[in-house]
Amino acid sequence: MSSRLISTDVLVIGGGLAGERCAIEAAAAGHDVLVLSIVPPRRSHSCAAQGGMQAALANCVKAEGDNPTLHFLDTVRGSDWGADQEVARIFADEAPVAVRELAHFGVPWTRVRGGSNSYFIKGEQVEIEEKPENDGLIMHRDFGGTAKWRACYAAAGTGHAALFAIDSEVIRLGITVRDRVEAVELIHDGNRCWGAVARCLRTGRHFAVVAKATVIATGGYGRIYGQYTTNATINEGMGAVLALNTGIVPLGNMEAVQFHPTALAPSGILVTEGCRGDGGFLLDKNMHRFMVEAEPEKQELASRDVVSRHMAQRMRDGYGVETPFGPHLWLDIRHLGEEHLTTKLREVFDICRDFAGLNPAHDLIPVRPTQHYSMGGVRVNKDGQAYNMAGLFAAGEASCWDMHGFNRLGGNSLAETIVAGRLVGQRVAEFAAATSLDVQTSLAFETVERAEQRAADWLERSGSGPSIYDIRDAMAESMMRNVGIFRTEDELTQTVDKLSALLLDCDNAVLRSKAPGMNPELSFALRLKGMLRLAMVTARGALARTESRGAHFRTDYPLRNDADWLKRTLVRWSADAAEPAFNYEPVGMLEVPPGHRGYGSDERIEMEQSIEKYNQKVEKLQAAQGKLPTEEQR
Amino acid sequence: MSTTESRRRLTFEIFRYNPQDPGSTPHMQSFELDEVPYMSLFIALNQIRETQDPSLQFDFSCRSAICGSCGMMVNGRPALGCKTLTSDLPEVIRLHPLPVFKLIGDLSVDTGTWFREMVEKSEGWIHAATPFDPDAQEQRMDDDLAEAIYEGDRCIECGCCIASCGVANLKADFAGPAGLNRIARFMMDPRDSRDDTDWFEVISNEDGVFGCLGMMACHDICPKELPLLEVYAYLRRKALATSYT
Repeated sequence: MSSRLISTDVLVIGGGLAGERCAIEAAAAGHDVLVLSIVPPRRSHSCAAQGGMQAALANCVKAEGDNPTLHFLDTVRGSDWGADQEVARIFADEAPVAVRELAHFGVPWTRVRGGSNSYFIKGEQVEIEEKPENDGLIMHRDFGGTAKWRACYAAAGTGHAALFAIDSEVIRLGITVRDRVEAVELIHDGNRCWGAVARCLRTGRHFAVVAKATVIATGGYGRIYGQYTTNATINEGMGAVLALNTGIVPLGNMEAVQFHPTALAPSGILVTEGCRGDGGFLLDKNMHRFMVEAEPEKQELASRDVVSRHMAQRMRDGYGVETPFGPHLWLDIRHLGEEHLTTKLREVFDICRDFAGLNPAHDLIPVRPTQHYSMGGVRVNKDGQAYNMAGLFAAGEASCWDMHGFNRLGGNSLAETIVAGRLVGQRVAEFAAATSLDVQTSLAFETVERAEQRAADWLERSGSGPSIYDIRDAMAESMMRNVGIFRTEDELTQTVDKLSALLLDCDNAVLRSKAPGMNPELSFALRLKGMLRLAMVTARGALARTESRGAHFRTDYPLRNDADWLKRTLVRWSADAAEPAFNYEPVGMLEVPPGHRGYGSDERIEMEQSIEKYNQKVEKLQAAQGKLPTEEQR
Repeated sequence: MSTTESRRRLTFEIFRYNPQDPGSTPHMQSFELDEVPYMSLFIALNQIRETQDPSLQFDFSCRSAICGSCGMMVNGRPALGCKTLTSDLPEVIRLHPLPVFKLIGDLSVDTGTWFREMVEKSEGWIHAATPFDPDAQEQRMDDDLAEAIYEGDRCIECGCCIASCGVANLKADFAGPAGLNRIARFMMDPRDSRDDTDWFEVISNEDGVFGCLGMMACHDICPKELPLLEVYAYLRRKALATSYT
């Protein structure tokens, strides 16, 4: 396609689970839908999710008595009360439908085997009789921070199976997907979004897509931590950058960054929480199972932020296994047996063999906490609509919807992609049906020309400036060292200063390749400034938040402070402004009052005002930050 | 892993061609790197791009053998670059793009379009008998069957089998190993309402399972170790059974 301007009803940026599920909903409502994806959609990072998808189906013995309310409570506790509880409630109620819908689309969920089953629970092997009447229903496994076994799974390839099922449905509906295309700037007039300008990663050409409604579903921004992430190389946060660059649409809670306890060391490849869910242990260099005394109740299955913190502390205390690539701890799943490891945890078995040269039935797995998930993202209301900008929506990890607050529970992200994809897709369809494509094409062409100019500027710059890859590596090192699991004012300030310098370097960096076409060096250069800006708002958000909540832990402010910080960070930063602007809004209506999570520290600074008083102000204060009315308020 | 042995100096001979550059012609270009422990082609190619030739095109994403982006010819055999270690290769490593797929540039090929067409042609989705009922409990399935479907569902569409297949290299309409595997996966799924006669039309011809010459390179090279030999046997038996009824 060589046209410089194309039009559609609904533009979805991102071909992973959230984007494609949204596209299905809009297409089923009769809209013309175009999905842009930087990779063929089945290669989106959703495919790498392993262990499961949370939904309270209550199908096995260890899930008996489970229901969406328990799921909701676990999600709020997991978030360390940072979540929007109304959203968490909607999510938990809808998750069972999302899992069953995926079954309808063909996901081969692992099923309940009626009769005697052998499980490992808290270090003990137990025999449990699954009821014959539940035989063949979707099975659950245990995951961190949950009251019941709730994670539905297809071996350890749940994301892959879900993504292929959803993409099959996209193809069945005949939805157009253009792969190897990257959205680079939103087309907007300051109040209303009209699509985006995109760059073709086959040819390097720019073109405009004008649309009644635009959805950002580009996943997380883990690559601001360079190689210190489980994320794919494509998770560079470009959807968040699209919103941030408007200067109008805020990003929420960017400092809320999850570190997964068990990434393979040193490569950073994910090893699922399902390993611990199925009975795996964490061991230190002395083969000591330190999580038993650290968290007597939940042991290895406390929430990820808590387990990662205990692991990082254990290594700081000198109990890590030292290597030339830094210390690590051990994950022990040997006792689960080769048959279990080659079926229910098959992908883990393969990863250990292919990327660490070991057999987890006989060998320990070297692991350490590694950046994994972005709780922050494009701040949206309950309907998935971005603040301040009509016609712009976001879903999945790219969004801050915000059901995860300051710590996401394992298995809640896959469930979010489908629940949010369905719900936001409906809202997008309603919005598109009620509006017309009343846009000045000059607005679109001006945006194309700006994007082309940015690329031309990079190619024209010459001399001996810094390398873009050196800037990236310096960003990653600084983020990992100072904006990781433990944070302090001094270290965060160092990174803020470092990023300021790197932003200047970026303006002077010089490409060594002027190759025509997509030019991989240019393609990365065009993203680099956005990544630095995301890193900056993450570091500055962390510096400003003088408390510890979920994954954000300040050793200089170690307590959760519900008196001053029961609020969500919002940040806006237009492409030409020197400094980002921070604001705060209440986390949302409180149904569950702040309290102890059931794991981690039980010390905190209590709320001073009453819940009623807090709740009375929520709508007003959030509206003041640019929150658009939700569907039910219209 | 031994770090005390003297390190090898590796030579990478890489196919280069940028169709977007009128001045570019297909040729091989050599690069040299010092080998380091656990060096995969993901590490090596990024190092070459970042330190020697920033115009080098290749595709990686997950770097953990689940996204299927990095299929390439490694010394004449299709493989995933991310899980290919240089320590398993000789000192001279020749890299070409996968054949069959349209070249995008250097080692990067267009697998996305090929696989979407394959899915469209074989209607590779569940043909549900009834629409989804959000209020209903899920349809039951025996866990052994779920495991068997999952086995076939594990294909990541990396394209290595297509590149290795003599028939797929010559016949554009041949479903290819990944295509046949995908068909078998839906055939054994009770949620798919297509019957044996429907399937017979899809598989029992020279573009389907009877186009396979049985050379089985696909089975040998599949990075996910899919049991393709058994898949074709299953498809042939089903086709034969249908033709007798």
